[in-house]
Amino acid sequence: MALRIAGIELESRFFLGTAGYPSPQVLQDAIVSSGTQVVTVGLKRQLAAGGGPGDFYKLIRESGAHLLPNTAGCRSAREAVTLARMARELFGTNWIKLEVVGDEYTLQPDPFELVDAARTLARDGFEVFPYCTDDLVTCQRLLDAGCRILMPWGAPIGSGQGLLNPTALRTLRARLPDVPLVVDAGIGSPKDAVQAMELGYDAVLLNSAVAQAHDPVVMARAFRLAIESGRLAYEAGVMAKQEMAVPTTPVTGRPFVL
Amino acid sequence: MKQITVNGEPRDVAEGTTLAQLVEALGQAPQALATAVNGEFIARDARATVHLAEGDAVFTFQPITGG
Repeated sequence: MALRIAGIELESRFFLGTAGYPSPQVLQDAIVSSGTQVVTVGLKRQLAAGGGPGDFYKLIRESGAHLLPNTAGCRSAREAVTLARMARELFGTNWIKLEVVGDEYTLQPDPFELVDAARTLARDGFEVFPYCTDDLVTCQRLLDAGCRILMPWGAPIGSGQGLLNPTALRTLRARLPDVPLVVDAGIGSPKDAVQAMELGYDAVLLNSAVAQAHDPVVMARAFRLAIESGRLAYEAGVMAKQEMAVPTTPVTGRPFVL
Repeated sequence: MKQITVNGEPRDVAEGTTLAQLVEALGQAPQALATAVNGEFIARDARATVHLAEGDAVFTFQPITGG
């Protein structure tokens, strides 16, 4: 079933990050094998005059996927708002993955600055995809600020630890049934993506788990299958767990009572 | 002359230089980068109206890969 998000329909529920691939060719092949329709991109302050966008960015542009620029590196709402406006002009999209980091060690989002920036950007016509923690009240404040999508973390960025707090993610799904929810960050293996999708999340965003795999192109396909599988399982309805064994074959008592 | 910084590096510019002229002097195509002065975004179309003042901090950003 297609995902309707930010006013468009997507067949793929796999959002893929584009950083840290061994070569532009591997990135391009990984995008194809992932089946993704949304890729994240960033902005970098230029250190020296001259030098345009590299090969990586040209290939990303040619992939035809929707671009989701991020505000990586920002530590305040003001910085994030300025960078988001730059991204809108540079990438020609009003989508923004809003990142405002509040802690250097965990790279945990700063909920206060995040809500502040989200309010300004939503008012300014942006479609804000906030990278947030799994705290329910923070998420509700982000919705109040004008966000129509939420992207709670599974674990710290790039850690590959999987879903550290499934209970909190389950609570978000239960309390915000109509809001598109995307697990962003912390995914390590395809089983984490299956778990996120079985929880009823609408999509998964990941980068390092593919980029750092021994074979990123094959891993991109593994995640594609995992995300499809988890979604199908969610739609089909996973059976209830039982404390004890329940016979599967409908025999009548013991065969012979010998 | 006025002294400004461009991406953290000191640079002298002539009196009355606009941000658009600076971008051109940097050898950059106008659409290849985004600009901010003193932390505020300056849209491409507005660069010609922004005259650089002593101590202004200009930043230019380009697209990169990202997560």
